[in-house]
Amino acid sequence: MNSFLALLSRDIRLATRAGGSAMLALGFFAAVAALVPLGVGADLKLLGRIAGGVLWVAAVLAALLSLDRLFQADFEDGSLDQIALGPLPLEAAAFAKIAAHWLTTGLPLTLLSPVLALLFNLPEEGYAALVLSLAIGTPAASAIGAIGAGLTMSIRRGGLILPLLVLPLLAPAVIFGAGAVISSLDGLANGALWLLSAFSLAAVLLAPFAAAASVRLNLAG
Amino acid sequence: MSAATFFAMGGYAAYVWPAYGVSFAGLAGAVIWTLAAWRRTQAELALLESLKDGNP
Amino acid sequence: MLFELANPKRFLMFSGKLLPWFWAVAAICLAAGLYLGLFAVPPDYQQGDTVKIMFIHVPAAWVAMMAYGLMAVASAFGLINRHPLADVAAKAAAPLGALFTALALITGSLWGRPMWGTYWVWDARLTSFLILLFLYLGYIALWNAFDDEVRAARATAILALVGAVNLPIIKYSVEWWNTLHQGEGIFVKGGSLIAPVFLWPLFLMAVGYTFLFSALWMVRIRTEILARRARSLQLQAGGL
Repeated sequence: MNSFLALLSRDIRLATRAGGSAMLALGFFAAVAALVPLGVGADLKLLGRIAGGVLWVAAVLAALLSLDRLFQADFEDGSLDQIALGPLPLEAAAFAKIAAHWLTTGLPLTLLSPVLALLFNLPEEGYAALVLSLAIGTPAASAIGAIGAGLTMSIRRGGLILPLLVLPLLAPAVIFGAGAVISSLDGLANGALWLLSAFSLAAVLLAPFAAAASVRLNLAG
Repeated sequence: MSAATFFAMGGYAAYVWPAYGVSFAGLAGAVIWTLAAWRRTQAELALLESLKDGNP
Repeated sequence: MLFELANPKRFLMFSGKLLPWFWAVAAICLAAGLYLGLFAVPPDYQQGDTVKIMFIHVPAAWVAMMAYGLMAVASAFGLINRHPLADVAAKAAAPLGALFTALALITGSLWGRPMWGTYWVWDARLTSFLILLFLYLGYIALWNAFDDEVRAARATAILALVGAVNLPIIKYSVEWWNTLHQGEGIFVKGGSLIAPVFLWPLFLMAVGYTFLFSALWMVRIRTEILARRARSLQLQAGGL
């Protein structure tokens, strides 16, 4: 447990220092959200309709930003070897890294989202669904993103290929998450949040295994 | 059915024939490419093996 | 039998004998299917002659999905059993799978255009195949991104398996999304598709496409086996 918490707090510390990934994700999220109305026009009704989708896509992209360094930084300076040799099972270590990533990107993004939704004139009914869906769905982004990060850690410029690998796999999260917002606007009770929860739970539980396997294959070479 | 009627495909010729055309081009291209790569590799290997045998 | 085939030499022998038959079956089925589909089938009461695109769209879509399944199974064998030819088989299937996915997308778009009014309308099936295409491209990109072949094989195997697990979820979510957003052009498959006159060309084309894919796949595996031999000879000779 100690090693788990130690790894978790170390990763959080690294991400929240000045210039760390936490600020980067928030800044990117806000920038994209501000850019979209510039692109599609200030029709408040339109913006209100697309708010859920735009914020969801922006959140996923923002979470992706810091993923390529998730394992790569430790791989390059040898810390990953130490983690692998240490008392903590690799799957648990992967889970700790996923948790740290979510706490420093997904969670802040979720907390910032209502403010950005104001810019989009999201109708009142949508706010709860927006925050809930992001809170439930961003862990899936961290989890599945971690698999991609593990697979690409030893590739030069692996960060370029990471979105291509991860984004298609995250399609269900975006669909159910943004779908939850739109459904609440239209007054539909279609279980979008339940579907999203199931997807997120499965992702968070299974991803550490795939991520650990990818760490092993990279350390073995 | 006359040839003209056949080619007109009930007015949908602009969709049916490009669809068939692209499919044919794609598949034929795949066959040609795959077989060319096979022959190239075969030749390469034959060359390397003959060189190896020539230098005991 | 799969493990007897693990020996590259035996695979070369075995596939060498099979190949001519596969090419022959593919050619015959495609020819027969095309003949029946183009000449012997009446226009659909709802879709007119565009229904003939079905004979090249559905088989392509079927092969696209089958190829991914084969890729995933081969990947599993490579990871779990360390079957020596498994990663070669997976790698060989990917570009073919991507090609058939692209063909399914293009023919599907052309099929829908007269009915929907536009070339792309985000219907559930086409959207799923678009995502499948991205999965293929990501897989191929990952293979090419590694210098070390062994690492590449293992990494792509993990990716293929994660994708395979995710694919049914993706398909389900896309269908759910489609009913949620109720697009204008709901693509209805007419009841006339059940008529035998449509089934025979469709079946023949599906079989033809499958055998064509299999033949191409085998040739690509054989090519890679020879290429590996060539590379090891080059290394022995100290490079040429």
